[in-house]
Amino acid sequence: MSAIDPAVRSRAASPAGGVSLKANAERFGLLAAWAGVVALFGALSPEAFLTWINFSTMFSSQAILVVLTLGLIIPLTAGDFDLSVASTMVLSAMTVAVLNALHGWPVGAAIVVALGLGFLIGLINAAFVLFFRIHSLIVTLGTGTFINGTVLWISGSQTVGGVSMALVDWVIVQRVFGISLSFYYAVILCAALWYFLEYTSPGRRLLFVGRGREVARLSGIAVDRVRLLSFIGSGVIAAFAGVLYAGTTGSADPLSGLTYLLPAFAAAFLGATSIVPGRFNPWGSFVAVYFLVSGITGLTILGVDTFVQNLFYGGGLVIAVALSQLVRKRQPQNFS
Amino acid sequence: MTGGAAAPPRERAAALAARNLSKTFGGAKALQGVDFTVGFGEVHGLLGTNGSGKSTLIKILSGYHAPDPGGSLTLFGETAALPILPTEAKRHGLAFVHQHLGLVPSLTVLENLRIGDFAAERRWRIDWAREARDAEAIFSRFGLALDPSAEVSTLSPVERALLAIVRAFEDVRRTQTDVGGGILVLDEPTPFLPKAGVDQLFALVRGIVAAGSSVVFVSHDIDEVREITSRATILRDGRLAGTVDTRETPRQDLVDLIIGRKVETYRITRAPTGDAAPPAIRVRNLAGAGVADVSFSLRRGEILGLAGLIGSGFSDAPALLAGAVPATSGSITIEDVTVPLAGLTPRAAQAAGMALLPADRLGSAGIGNLSVADNITLPVLPSFRRWFGLDRRAMLARAGALGAEHDVRPNVPSLPLEALSGGNQQKVLLAKWLQTAPKLLLLDEPTQGVDVGARQQIYAALDLAARAGTSVVVASTDYEQLSQIAGRVLVFAKGRIVAELVGGDVTKERIAEACYRSAPPVEEAA
Repeated sequence: MSAIDPAVRSRAASPAGGVSLKANAERFGLLAAWAGVVALFGALSPEAFLTWINFSTMFSSQAILVVLTLGLIIPLTAGDFDLSVASTMVLSAMTVAVLNALHGWPVGAAIVVALGLGFLIGLINAAFVLFFRIHSLIVTLGTGTFINGTVLWISGSQTVGGVSMALVDWVIVQRVFGISLSFYYAVILCAALWYFLEYTSPGRRLLFVGRGREVARLSGIAVDRVRLLSFIGSGVIAAFAGVLYAGTTGSADPLSGLTYLLPAFAAAFLGATSIVPGRFNPWGSFVAVYFLVSGITGLTILGVDTFVQNLFYGGGLVIAVALSQLVRKRQPQNFS
Repeated sequence: MTGGAAAPPRERAAALAARNLSKTFGGAKALQGVDFTVGFGEVHGLLGTNGSGKSTLIKILSGYHAPDPGGSLTLFGETAALPILPTEAKRHGLAFVHQHLGLVPSLTVLENLRIGDFAAERRWRIDWAREARDAEAIFSRFGLALDPSAEVSTLSPVERALLAIVRAFEDVRRTQTDVGGGILVLDEPTPFLPKAGVDQLFALVRGIVAAGSSVVFVSHDIDEVREITSRATILRDGRLAGTVDTRETPRQDLVDLIIGRKVETYRITRAPTGDAAPPAIRVRNLAGAGVADVSFSLRRGEILGLAGLIGSGFSDAPALLAGAVPATSGSITIEDVTVPLAGLTPRAAQAAGMALLPADRLGSAGIGNLSVADNITLPVLPSFRRWFGLDRRAMLARAGALGAEHDVRPNVPSLPLEALSGGNQQKVLLAKWLQTAPKLLLLDEPTQGVDVGARQQIYAALDLAARAGTSVVVASTDYEQLSQIAGRVLVFAKGRIVAELVGGDVTKERIAEACYRSAPPVEEAA
C-alpha cells in the first residue's frame, strides 16, 4: 500500500489548531452567553439580580425543568419525539397528591405508583409508535392530551394540596449551600445520563438508532427494543420530575405543569448547540435551562411583564434549531 | 462554454444531432468525441456496459453535465447552447423518463400527470373535470386502462412506467408547438418489468412514434433493443463503437460491439486456492425479492463474484443472505451450522458469522455525521467495556490502528465519516466488518464511487481477509473488478443462476458476454 496520494498533502495542511479553537467557541458559546446574560442583568440591577438568594431560587425552582429536559433528550437521541412528557409529569404529581393526600397512602408507595405510571405511558407510546408504525409526534400528541384529560378527571379539575411534608422536606426545604436538594437530584441525574450516553454501549446504540436506523439495524442493533426503552426512559424520568413537582409545591394542580413542555424542548435543542455540539446532551441541556431562566428572571426583575417567558422560550427554541443547522453546515464536507 | 463556433450546418434530417461530445472527469475521459443522431419518428437504441459513457451522454443531453468544449447539439434544426439548461431541453422538445420514474405514489394518476403544468402555470383555478376528461382522452388514445383518480401507489410497476412515459410525451407535446414531435429519452425503463409489461410498454412506444415523436431507448437488454428500435448507437469505453441498423445486425455482432474483443492486458488476481477443499458454506434454495431460487456453495477463503444485468437478482442476493431484506425461503450452512434464511434478522445473521457491506454507503453502511471511531467500533462495542464503562481512549486507539492498517486518509478517528472521500469511507466501513473476522463477508458494489487507488487497497484488504479464512461474496456490475478479485463468478438472470465462470474464464469480456447471453428468452436461445 504505497503512500503516494494527494490526501497526504491535505492531511499535512489540515489546520488542527484553527479547527479546535472554533470547536471550543462552539462548545462553550452558550456558557459564555449565559455569563453574558448574568453580567448584563448584574450591571442593570445588581442589588436584586446579583444575590445568592436570587441564584439559589433559580437553581432550586428550575431543577424540575432540568429533569424533564433530561427525560426528553433520551427519545430525541433515538430520533423520536415525546410530546407527552409534560403531561406525564403532571399525571405523576397528581397521582402522588391524590394517593397521599386524599387516600392517605404512604408517600413512598404513592411515588412508586407514579413512577410505574410513567413506565406504563412509555410502554404505551412505544407500542403505538413501533407496532403501528405511526410517527412519534402524532402518537405522543394524542397520548399527552389523553393524559391531560385523565388528570382533570382524577383531580376533579381541582388543585389537590396536603402532600406529605416529608416529601416537601426532601425536595425543597432541605438545602445545601442554600440550594434545595431538588437541584442536586437534577445534577446527579444529569451526570448519570451523561455517563450512560457517553460511556456505555446501550448509550452508543441509542445514538446510532437516532442517526441512522438502517445502519443500526444492519449492524445488528435491535432497533425497536432500543426505541421502546427510550420511551420508557422518558416516561419514568418525566414521572420523577412530577414527584419533584409535587414536592416543590406540596400540592398538584392539573394545568400549570403543562406549560413546561415548550421550555423543555427549547432547552433540549438549545443544549444540543453546546458542550457536545450537534448532539442532544445532558450538560448542554443543563446550561440551556439556566441560560433561559436567567434571562427571564433578569427581565422580570427589571419589571418586564410575564409574557417575556413565552418570548424567551419560543424564540429560544427556534433560534436554537436555526443555530444547530448552522453548526451542521459548517462541518467540513471533504478532506481529500 | 458553448460549441457555437463549431456549429455544423443545419440538419433537417435529424431530430437530434449531437456532434463530438466529450466529457472529462478529473483527468478520466468518460466520453470522447461521440456523435449521436436520432432521426424523426424513429426509435433509437443506446447500448453499452456500465462505464461505457451511456449515462454520461444522457446526462449531457438532460443538462446535468456540462460537456467539454468543442461539441455541439442540434435539436430539430436549432442549435442548442451547451451546457443545455433543463428548461431549454424541454422547450426544444426533449423529455426524459428515468428508471426511478419521478412519480409521487401518494397522489393520483391525474395529479402526477399534470404535476409539471401545475409547477409552471400561472393559472389560478384548476378545472379538475376538464383535466380528467383530457387525461382519459390521452389514455384511450394509447389504449391504456388507467383510472385518472386512482392513487399511483395502487398501480402495478408496468402501469407506473406507462404513466411516466405518457406524462413525458404530454409534457413535450404541450410545451413545444413550433417544432417536430419531440424526443423522449427512456433511460432503462424495463429491467424490473415482466415480459407482458415490456410488451405493453413497447406498444406505447410504437404509439408515441406513430404520433410523430422520436424515442431514445437506453437499455442493457439486446433483445429488447432489437425488438423495438430501428437503429442503435453502441458506446464502449467512452467512445462510439458503432451505429447500426438493429434489425439487420445479428445478435452476436451487437454483443461484440458492446463488449469489444480487446485482449485483456493485466490481471491482479491471486491463484484460486484449495480447489479440492470441501465447501465451507452452502446456500440452498434462496428466494426473496428479486431472487427466484438460488443455490451455491463457497470454500473457506474463496472470493466469489455475483454478476448479471440490472434486475437479474445478483445484487439482491447479499442483502437477502444477511437478513437485511427478508428472504421468503432457503437456508445457509456455515461450517456445519444450518440457519433458515426466512425470517433471519441482521443480528442473527451476524451471530451466524455473516457480515454485510451494503452499497448505499452513507444510507445503510455508515453514519456520516458520527465519527470514524464511532462507526468503526459499533460491531465490537462490548469489547471496550471496562469497570467504569466504555474505554473511549481504547476505542479511538482501535480506530486509529485500523485506519493505519487500511491506509485511511486522513487517519483522524474523531473526524465525521462524511468528511472522508468515498474511497476512504469504504475503507473504514470495510475495516468495521473485517475486524469481526466474519466467516462470510457479503459485499454489494464495494467500489462504487471509489477512486482507482483506494480500489486496489480494498482489493488487497479483501484478499488478505480471504487468506485468513473469510469467504467473500462480491456482487458487482463492474466486470473488470470481478475479474481481478474473484476466483469464480456466478451469473444471474431473472433471479436464477444461469452460468458459472471459473479460472481462466473469469475475464471482463467473458463475464460481460455471459451477462448479455443470459438475456435471450428461451425460444431464441437455440
